[in-house]
Amino acid sequence: MTENTSMSKLNSYQNHKSKEEMKHQVITFALMIIFTLIAFYAVAVDMDKIFVIPLILILAIVQVGFQFYYFMHMKDKGHELVALLIFGGIWVAAVAILTFTTIIWW
Amino acid sequence: MSIASTQQKGFWAILWDYLTTVDHKKLGNMYIAAGAFFFVLGGIEALVIRIQLAKPENDFISAGLYNEMITMHGTTMIFFAAMPILIGFMNAIMPLQIGARDVAFPFLNSLGFWLFLFGGIMLNLSWFLGGAPDAGWTAYAPLSIQSPGHGMDFYILGLQLSGAGTLMGGINFLVTIVTMRAPGMTYMRMPLFTWTTFVASILILFAFPALTVGLFLLMFDRLFGSAFFDVALGGNSVIWQHLFWIFGHPEVYILILPAFGIFSEIIPVFSRKRLFGYTSMVFATFLIAFLGFMVWAHHMFAVGLGPTANAIFAVGTMAIAVPTGIKIFNWLATLWGGSITINSAMLWSLGFIPSFTIGGMTGVMLGATTADYQYHDTYFVIAHFHYVIVGGVVFGILAGLHYWWPKLFGKVLNEAMGKIAFWFFFIGFHLTFFIQHFLGLMGMPRRYWVFLEGQGLDTGNMISTVGAFLMGIGSLVFIINVVYTTVKGEKAGNDPWGDGRSLEWSISSPPKEYNFKQLPLVRGLDPYWIEKMEGNKKMTPAQPVNDIHMPNGSILPLIMTIGFFIASFGFIYQVDNNLWLIALFGGMAIALGSMLARSLVDDYGYHIHKEDLEKEVD
Repeated sequence: MTENTSMSKLNSYQNHKSKEEMKHQVITFALMIIFTLIAFYAVAVDMDKIFVIPLILILAIVQVGFQFYYFMHMKDKGHELVALLIFGGIWVAAVAILTFTTIIWW
Repeated sequence: MSIASTQQKGFWAILWDYLTTVDHKKLGNMYIAAGAFFFVLGGIEALVIRIQLAKPENDFISAGLYNEMITMHGTTMIFFAAMPILIGFMNAIMPLQIGARDVAFPFLNSLGFWLFLFGGIMLNLSWFLGGAPDAGWTAYAPLSIQSPGHGMDFYILGLQLSGAGTLMGGINFLVTIVTMRAPGMTYMRMPLFTWTTFVASILILFAFPALTVGLFLLMFDRLFGSAFFDVALGGNSVIWQHLFWIFGHPEVYILILPAFGIFSEIIPVFSRKRLFGYTSMVFATFLIAFLGFMVWAHHMFAVGLGPTANAIFAVGTMAIAVPTGIKIFNWLATLWGGSITINSAMLWSLGFIPSFTIGGMTGVMLGATTADYQYHDTYFVIAHFHYVIVGGVVFGILAGLHYWWPKLFGKVLNEAMGKIAFWFFFIGFHLTFFIQHFLGLMGMPRRYWVFLEGQGLDTGNMISTVGAFLMGIGSLVFIINVVYTTVKGEKAGNDPWGDGRSLEWSISSPPKEYNFKQLPLVRGLDPYWIEKMEGNKKMTPAQPVNDIHMPNGSILPLIMTIGFFIASFGFIYQVDNNLWLIALFGGMAIALGSMLARSLVDDYGYHIHKEDLEKEVD
C-alpha cells in the first residue's frame, strides 16, 4: 500500500516537473520568435545602423543562450562538463578571432 | 570467437586479427610499435644532421638534403613518434585505470590508428618519390608554397591524414572518460595519467582544427592556385604562422601533459607514498592547458607584431612557469620521506626532474621578448626545446615503457640493460644539448647547413655530435632489451611492482580482452592500494558475473584509410597529369563506400557468456 502511494506521489511530482519543463520550452520558443520579429522589424524600418547592429548581435547571443540552455538542456544537472567544453571552445575561437582582427596587418 | 583465442594461431590468422582489431589494448600496442619505428627513423635523421655538423664546412650531405633531413626529423619526431607512443599509452592504459572494458568508440579507435599510420607512411614515401619536404617542420609560407617538387605536398597530405586520426582519438578518449568510469570512480578519484589524457584530449579537440585549416589553405595555395599566403597576389604569409602556432603551442602541451601524467603514476608507486598535492596537480594541468592557448605568438616575437602584443604574450608565457612549478614541487614532495626504490622507470623519472627544469628555465628566458630577439633562431632555441621534449616527453615515454611493459606485454624488462640504456642516453642527452645553449649564445644560427672554422664553434659541435651517438647507443641497448625480454623474460604477475596503486594492476598482465570480469567498485583515490591495505587480494566487485557485450572486429577502417591514402596521391599528382584525378575520385569512392557500408550494415557485436567467464581463472 505504502509503495503504491509513494509511486503515485513520484508520478505526480514528475508530471508536475514535465509540465514546468513544457511551459519553459513554450515561453523560450515564443521569445525566440519575438526576437526574430524584432530583428526583422529593426532592419525593415531603416533605423540607424549604429543601433541596429548591436541590437541584432545581442538578440542573437541571447537566442544562442536559449538554444543551449533550454532546448539542448544545458541548464539541467550533469551538463557541467559539456558547458565547460563549449565555453572552452568559444574562448579559444574568440582569442584567435581577436588576434586575427587586431595584430595581423593587411 | 570468445575464449578459445589462447590456442596457437597461424601467421595469417594473427595478421588478420591485428588488421581488423578494435581492441584498445592491441591498438595501443600497435600505436607504440609504429611510433617506435618512426622514432628510429627520426633518430637516424638526427644522427645524419649531427654528422654533418660534426666539423666546420663538412660536406657529408648536400645543403638541399640537409633541409630535407631537418624537416623530416622534426615532423617525424613530433607527429609520428612522440604523439603516437603517448596515444598508445592512453589507449592501452587509460581504460584500465578507470575500470572500463574498452574505449567508447572502438571502431573509431581503429580508424584513428590506421589514418595515423598511413599518414606517416605517406610522409616518408616522399623520400622515394622525388624528395622529402624541405621547408622546416613549421612549413612557414612563403617558403613552403615556393618549395619545388612534391615534397611539401606529401607533408600537407600526410599530416592531414594523421591529424584526422589524432582528432578522432582525442574525441574518443574524452567520451570514454566522461561516460565509462567504473562505479565509484568520481572525477577526483581518477589517476593523474587519466587526468592528463583527458586534458590533452581537450587540447587535441581545440588545437587540431587550426592545423587542419592551415593545411587546407596551404594545400589550395600549392595545388589549386589560390593565394592565401601569396603576398604578390594580396595574400598574407603571417596568417600561416598564426594558424600553425595556434595549433603548435597547444601541441607541445599535448605531448608534455601525458608525460607529466606518467611521472605522476611512477613516482608515488616507487616512493610508496600517495601523490603529494593530488588536487593541485589536477588544477595545474588545467591551468597549463588554459594558458597554453594564449601564448602561441611567443614563437613569433621577431615577426613584428608590435610591442603591446609581444608584451601580452610574454606575460602569458612566463605565467605557465607557475603551474609547472607546482608540479615539480609536488613530485619532489612525493619523493620526500618516501621509501624509494630506484629501478629503470624511476631513473628516467628522476632524470626528468632536473632536465625538464633546465628546459623550463630557458623557456622563461625565451619568453622575455627583448632577450628573445637575441636568442631567436639560434641553437639556444634548439637546446631549449630539446631539453623539454627529450628531457620531458622522451624520458616520460621511456619511463612509461619500463613501468607498463609488464601490463602491455606480460613481461618485465631487464633491469640491468634498462639502467645501462638510461645512463648512455642521459649522459648523451646532456652532452648533445647542454653545449648547444652556448653555441646559440655565441651566435650559431639554427637550420644552417655548415658553420665556418675559427669562430669558436668547432669543439662545441664535436661534443654535441659525440653526445648524439651516445643517445643512439642508449636507444640501441633499449631495443636489445626489448628483444631479450620478449625471448627470455619471465611471465609477470598482476602486480609485478608489488606496490601498484591504480586499477590496471588489479587485473592480469596482459589483461583479458574484456579487461574486467566484474567491474570493480572504486572506494577512493588509488583504489587497488586501498584494497591491499585492507588485506584484500582483489578489487571488490561492483556487479555479479554476467554476460559481457563485446564489439566485433572490422576491416573497414583499414579499407577506408587506404581509400583516403589513394585519394591523397590523386590530389598531389593531379597537377602533373589529369589522369591522376582517377586516383582521387577512385580513392574517395572506396573511402565513402566503406563509410556507407558501415552505416547501412548493423553490427551488434557479440557476447562472452557467463558460463565461459566462470570457467576462466583470474
